[in-house]
Amino acid sequence: MTTELTPATYPVTREALVAYAAASGDPNPIHQDPEVARSVGLPDVIAHGMYTLALAARYVDEQLGEPGLIAELGAKFTKPVVVPERGTEVVVEGTWRDRTTIALKVTCLGETVLGNPVAVLRA
Amino acid sequence: MAVDAALAGRTFPPTAAYDVTEQAVGDFAAATGTPYTPGGPAPTTFPIVVAFAAMQELMADPEVGIELHHVVHGQQKFVHERPVTAGDRLTATLTVSGLRRIAGTDIITTSSAITDASGALVCTADATLVHQAGDR
Repeated sequence: MTTELTPATYPVTREALVAYAAASGDPNPIHQDPEVARSVGLPDVIAHGMYTLALAARYVDEQLGEPGLIAELGAKFTKPVVVPERGTEVVVEGTWRDRTTIALKVTCLGETVLGNPVAVLRA
Repeated sequence: MAVDAALAGRTFPPTAAYDVTEQAVGDFAAATGTPYTPGGPAPTTFPIVVAFAAMQELMADPEVGIELHHVVHGQQKFVHERPVTAGDRLTATLTVSGLRRIAGTDIITTSSAITDASGALVCTADATLVHQAGDR
């Protein structure tokens, strides 16, 4: 059995962040308005940490070919995903650690953005 | 100002019941590109909708002393007893599981028990909030 899963690249757009803000109930303007983001010292709009974690969950669902199999999912939000007007990309990679555990690696422009993201599947 | 030291161990009242609709799950799945079939399991992180409501109530409580604009989401973990599906009626009950202060920064750890209409646990959502105390 191959332990490495196929990496996936997901585009992250401002439009998706606006849709996510509405869908998740998190209206913090640093995820939508570049002026507000810059006023608090960020280089530009940043993705919600939870948006990036949702992409990690999406990756596992896609790799398994079936949603709803994740029992546990967690990570630290270690670095913001900066989303300029043209958008950016997040890359998710996964490695089987054991029969039910997938260790993930989530990067943006080559830099790790989530700390120790791990998904544990239903036994 | 600093966060009230008596906050640790405090459990907040349950949030108002939240009815999970196909529309809400579909919108969440679409925004994140997550595969979703109506009637099927909601995306893994969907319960953040309910947990976030509980965190908002914690942060809005004037006795707690959290300044909203100084809060950063530091860490998040979900433990699912079962997947959420449309038709669930969910409530989150948040407990402040820990409070540490390191060099003017409050690290607030919270655990929200998300239960369904029958009171059964559906998901536990643990969040760490990092609060940078503002100017004194």
